[in-house]
Amino acid sequence: MYRYDEFDATFVAERVKQFRDQVARRLAGELTEDEFRPLRLQNGLYLQLHAYMLRIAIPYGSLSSKQLRKLAFIARRYDKGFGHFTTRQNIQFNWPQLDEIPDILAHLAEVEMHAIQTSGNCIRNVTADHFAGVAPDEIEDPRIWAEIIRQWSTLHPEFAFLPRKFKIAVTGASHDRAAVKFHDIGLKMARNEAGEIGFEVIVGGGMGRTPAIGPTIRGFLPKQHLLSYLEAILRVYNLLGRRDNLYKSRIKILVASTGTAEFARLVEEEWARIRDGVLTLPREEVERIERYFNPPAYEKLPVFSPELETAKRGDAAFARWVRTNTHPHKVDGYSIVTVSLKPEGGAPGDASADQMDLIADLADEYSFREVRVTHHQNLVLPNVRKQDLYALWQRLAAVRLAQPNVGFLTDIIACPGLDYCNLANARSIPIAQRIQRRFNDFQRLEEIGELRLNISGCINACGHHHAGNIGILGVDKQGEEFYQITLGGSSKDDSSIGKIVGPAFAIDQVADAVETIVDVYLEKRLSAEERFLETYRRVGLDPFKEKLYGNPQARRPAAE
Amino acid sequence: MAILKRGALQPNDWLTVADDQPLPEGKAAVVSLDRWLKERETLIGRNAPIGVRLRSDQSPMAIAEDLERLALIVLEFPKFTDGRGYSHARALRQRLGYQGELRAAGNVLRDQYLFMDRCGIDSVEIADEAKAAGFLESLGEFSIWYQPAADARPTVLQLRHGKGADAAGGSSVLRESVAASWAY
Amino acid sequence: MSVQIVTANRLRDGAVVYLTATQHWSEEFAASAVFRDDAAAQLALDGAGAAVKARLVVGPYLAEAKETAEGLQPINARERIRASRQPTITVDAGSWTGRIAG
Repeated sequence: MYRYDEFDATFVAERVKQFRDQVARRLAGELTEDEFRPLRLQNGLYLQLHAYMLRIAIPYGSLSSKQLRKLAFIARRYDKGFGHFTTRQNIQFNWPQLDEIPDILAHLAEVEMHAIQTSGNCIRNVTADHFAGVAPDEIEDPRIWAEIIRQWSTLHPEFAFLPRKFKIAVTGASHDRAAVKFHDIGLKMARNEAGEIGFEVIVGGGMGRTPAIGPTIRGFLPKQHLLSYLEAILRVYNLLGRRDNLYKSRIKILVASTGTAEFARLVEEEWARIRDGVLTLPREEVERIERYFNPPAYEKLPVFSPELETAKRGDAAFARWVRTNTHPHKVDGYSIVTVSLKPEGGAPGDASADQMDLIADLADEYSFREVRVTHHQNLVLPNVRKQDLYALWQRLAAVRLAQPNVGFLTDIIACPGLDYCNLANARSIPIAQRIQRRFNDFQRLEEIGELRLNISGCINACGHHHAGNIGILGVDKQGEEFYQITLGGSSKDDSSIGKIVGPAFAIDQVADAVETIVDVYLEKRLSAEERFLETYRRVGLDPFKEKLYGNPQARRPAAE
Repeated sequence: MAILKRGALQPNDWLTVADDQPLPEGKAAVVSLDRWLKERETLIGRNAPIGVRLRSDQSPMAIAEDLERLALIVLEFPKFTDGRGYSHARALRQRLGYQGELRAAGNVLRDQYLFMDRCGIDSVEIADEAKAAGFLESLGEFSIWYQPAADARPTVLQLRHGKGADAAGGSSVLRESVAASWAY
Repeated sequence: MSVQIVTANRLRDGAVVYLTATQHWSEEFAASAVFRDDAAAQLALDGAGAAVKARLVVGPYLAEAKETAEGLQPINARERIRASRQPTITVDAGSWTGRIAG
């Protein structure tokens, strides 16, 4: 994991002091709310429905057990005992007080954390593959590059007031687990013909009102040019992005209206002016950062673990969890464990302070003190010995963190919704809970197979519903909550945007609708191996539409 | 309207002249880009310093050929959230090599001053002189710079690898050693 | 009958507050001053600017409400949830400790 050096530590301390002063000036009336708002947003502080909300950066989803314990402490001391992990690998606290924020930031600085640029029209937290460094299909560890980008983008003076927010994601594996095509800039590490590793550069993807899959503007960018190329993209965006209309100000609009080829040309033209200058990465800095991501002291273990196999044979529930919540590790004898934060009756992505402390303990004992946050709002223990899986599972199960639902229908991704968020049209968590209750049979879940369900409480799409195999979007109809369902989205390599299936449903009908959709899939699939997404792509919307809405003479939907 | 420049409040020596007003004899005057482009020959022949004021949606490339004639360029920040001026400033300094005074005007607040300074802006027009001390304080809020800009501040990268301030600035040529380190 | 109230968030802790008939800011929805015509409502909202200047509240706005036999009620889901001052969800106590519920 990256560790701050003296420069990083000094910087964060200076930032805390600056914000403390800004808060004081706000409370003393020297700053109006209009003047203060961008400043607090650039420190991750929102004003939400019931209270302020603080979004803390977890760079590329990487946490140490020490940092996780500090988050637990903050949850207890300054909040209501829990936190929410987000679709951008950050954590949010929902009840901090304005005058306590500087103290919270000071606590975070003690463990090399901050809330810098987690909001505002600037470059946000750079996200990366949550299996970075440990996945068997990895070409190179993306965290190195995410860290380099993180530093370069921190308080970048030219890009502090962009037309709109800017999100970058990096993946280093042959399978994209970071949804790079749905980001303002997506970087996919790849080899060129000569076998050199560099970046495929994708620009202009996004969610929101106008979801888009980003086109590739450069097939291969050598590593040393990463920052100069990014600077060229940001400069073109800063100058040409629309500032007249909030809903048309993301880079995806600029790329679409300019055209991919012309946009790429503008970037290349700017890049030609600045490449090979001071932004060229010195190899020594790359190596310095690489060293932080060196693998831990893995033991030499056989790929096959007799203890694991025995445990699986003896405990069917454990065997199921191994099937669903663990993933192969690139080192023999190890396993990647996903800790599901989607228990029945919970709120997706939430963890209590006690659970955070427990996971920190488990990280210490079983995972070289490392934890990851996924953009699916789960946590990962990336380095667990196979022979320890059973003991680990038992401890997770004791606090309901062992739901065997990763990647399945009840591994729901949901924004906080109208229960918390000022922007929302409808609540999302109650919808998630109803669906989880309806589908709480784990065997059934496994039979249904891989199925991603995403819920957004409004068109801002923080729940990434456009990328859900089943997407649910909360809408407001005359002040009441309704839910529009989309089908066929995907955030993996086969990226696609979901299609609206028909008129919106009332809150009491959503679980039924999802059940109907699942029934149609089960009926139409060619075999258990054909995933929901594949069946949908083969049969289209019509079979689902028919069963959901019937024909005009039969059942009528809830709204219009 | 006071000018904050080089750490102190200064009187504004420049007169901003509206497009339809005559320029005062022998006095330093700032005109809009539109006027500069229309009356360029006349304005060049003037016997007093001349400056141009750019809106945030106007590119400095429009005056790229005339930079040596312009003692002052004013960049407008109509709303402080409009960040185009930062790119314009860097373009003027680093791409075009502008040596004259670069000034920010408009919705200029203390909390953007450091960013402006880093992008090569020399002076700012501030509405309230009493705020000048706060502006200057803000320059001291950070001592760590993660990325090169248009200033001479050494970046963290340079400090880490012992290069100090000599390699600062935006457009210096790639050192051979850096290029060599990347030979595949 | 549809009426208007003035609501905002408290600056210090972000809590939802309502303008009362005595020009105070209460956490209780039921204590809201009720405005039956647009002019009076706008006047009250303009007056709330003083509370903004005094750093008591941020972002005051006019919200609709309805007068019913049971008293003043919020007009839509959003205002209902704001008035309750907490999320609507209950969380299975088995999963959590120290979680907000009531």
